[in-house]
Amino acid sequence: MASQPERPVLLTGWGRTAPTAARVVRPRTAAQVAHALADAGPRGVLARGLGRSYGDAAQAAGGTVLDCTGLTGPIRLDADRGEVTVPAGASFDRLIAHLLERGYFVPVTPGTRQVTVGGAIAADVHGKNHHADSSLGAHVRSLTLAAPTGEALTLTPDGPDAELFRATLGGMGLTGVITEATLAVLPVETSYMRVDTDRTDSLDATLDLMARTDADYRYTVCWVDLLARGSAMGRGVLTRADHAGLRDLPPALRRAPLRHRAGSPLAAPPWAPPGLLNSWTVGAFNTVYRGAAPRRRRGEAQPIAGFFHPLDAVRDWNRLYGPRGLVQYQFVVPLGAEDTLVRIMEGLSRAGAPSFLTVLKRLGEGTGGHLSFPRPGWTLAVDLPADLPGLGRMLRRFDERLLAADGRLYLAKDGRADAETVHAMYPDLPAWRKVRERVDPDGVLVSDLARRLRLL
Amino acid sequence: MRDSVGTVRTVLLLGGRSEIGLAIVERLVREGAREVVLAARGGVAEPPGALTALGAKVHSLEFDATAPDTHTATVDAAVALVGDLDVVVDAFGVLGTQSDYEADPAAAARAAAVNYTGHVSAGLAVAARLREQGHGALVVLSSVAGVRVRRFNFVYGSAKAGLDGFAQGLADSLHGSGARVLVVRPGYVPTRMSAHVDPAPFPATPGRVAEAVSAGLRSGATTVWAPRVLAPVFAGMRLMPRPIWRRLGR
Repeated sequence: MASQPERPVLLTGWGRTAPTAARVVRPRTAAQVAHALADAGPRGVLARGLGRSYGDAAQAAGGTVLDCTGLTGPIRLDADRGEVTVPAGASFDRLIAHLLERGYFVPVTPGTRQVTVGGAIAADVHGKNHHADSSLGAHVRSLTLAAPTGEALTLTPDGPDAELFRATLGGMGLTGVITEATLAVLPVETSYMRVDTDRTDSLDATLDLMARTDADYRYTVCWVDLLARGSAMGRGVLTRADHAGLRDLPPALRRAPLRHRAGSPLAAPPWAPPGLLNSWTVGAFNTVYRGAAPRRRRGEAQPIAGFFHPLDAVRDWNRLYGPRGLVQYQFVVPLGAEDTLVRIMEGLSRAGAPSFLTVLKRLGEGTGGHLSFPRPGWTLAVDLPADLPGLGRMLRRFDERLLAADGRLYLAKDGRADAETVHAMYPDLPAWRKVRERVDPDGVLVSDLARRLRLL
Repeated sequence: MRDSVGTVRTVLLLGGRSEIGLAIVERLVREGAREVVLAARGGVAEPPGALTALGAKVHSLEFDATAPDTHTATVDAAVALVGDLDVVVDAFGVLGTQSDYEADPAAAARAAAVNYTGHVSAGLAVAARLREQGHGALVVLSSVAGVRVRRFNFVYGSAKAGLDGFAQGLADSLHGSGARVLVVRPGYVPTRMSAHVDPAPFPATPGRVAEAVSAGLRSGATTVWAPRVLAPVFAGMRLMPRPIWRRLGR
């Protein structure tokens, strides 16, 4: 058995808010996971990956947290079947490096490579290709789940327990501990993206350009400036891309088309003063960032790491928000509810919300996971300092707008919504609970998120 | 559990009729707390209308500060009512009159039992629960009276001095457990409890104490003074020569 330290460890999400203490155990095999589940104390057990969910999804106060980054082992690529089998503790960083070397790419990647495969499935992560390819769950061909009852279950989208498979996609680790997964892979000729960039001058122009051209590209995303004033509010930098073929590369890059460099050369200082990121500093950053982007550029070759994971270049960037941490607010509203989207963006703008990473994206079809976030519509993600005055009240007002517009919040980002709100946003919750009660009759699996939102 | 913007869901008030305690609870409810347990001798039959009007569910619990054997059971009962305790406010106490205490030593000892030893058992019972649940804050109402004990109220002041030291030690013992202790040192606060004593300089209201507690819970402070100016004032008071200190009326 993995060593079990007696002293509790304080854990938070990526937002570094609301720490709670748990015993941390680091299983290295599925058998050790099963043992830890069987060994559960009264405060329950939860799997944790690389801790990139922003709120309290990967902590379990007073319980046992399984640090699943120890669940590693060989990555097995099956080129004939176009799939890869990965241990759940492997990071996307490692998986992407492994695949690119062999001419493949992951079907979906979130904005950071520093997530585990298990965590990514549990949050049913999406990426810039959601409008074209849906979220990660749509590409999971099978997964192995260590159930609290001690069984190791192999689940597939249309196998005998398809219902549990669905409940596990976006299930926030509350249906079992994922120990291994088989994902479809995407063949690529190069490790570069062919990127078109456009700068927009207003929110209307941003929304219009996205709506008109999304279908022409596999990957699209828009960075938005909420701190610009007047009609400039919501101006943005829209980047759209496809994987670059060999012929798209300049001759200099053709010699090593699959070369992948993904270091993190910069580290944020371990301590940042409170209030470093405020509406002045971020406003200035936004102006410079947007100014540096080309007004219109076509066919630029960008390395995969730079296009998909720009923030991975700064290690521990979350520390820039200071000791009180950050809150990420991400929601989706259905197509046709642009009014709600605009009202919330205006509200953020009026509050001077200093978000230097505000991202707008159109989502496509969901995966059918009961608690999976993505659904067709517009999604906006904003990073906000947790000590922004009146933040709690402002976000509660936004929640009400979302409810009225049939929108929803992303559980992997949430650390503050109330239970009633989330219950109304996820109508499949009762069905999910039924599945859960069957696989976890004793209520072994629990998280701070599940307690706060009364999911169980 | 405190959420990512610092809002808590459940609050237990030990000393369920304390004006300062209730002001703190009301503040936390305004900020989003939804379940409140008021624990006092005989329970709190009629919860303050302000709390229910704000949408909180208010529970009442029997709590006897002078019966240390029952304190763990009280904490367990609160958990049974609302689940994990996000904030526990330890606000019970008696002030009394120094001259009466000097005339009735047994009464003085009984007051000291409420103001000090009652908090030892209650505080340890709460701490055990917070440690087990891996999160939560215990707010202990100390007093500037305990920072440097004065001739005119040394029975009360010495108990508060003991309580303050106990709370600091408890805070250190909980370090790394996910639970924490916030020591609150108000100055003179005009309430029913203090109606019979003369006003002192730098008064605070229950509302101002509540504001300081709320800010302290959010910032992760270990100690708050209300009003804040009392921190430097008492830093000076500690240095005052004994012959002068002894003669201070208030």
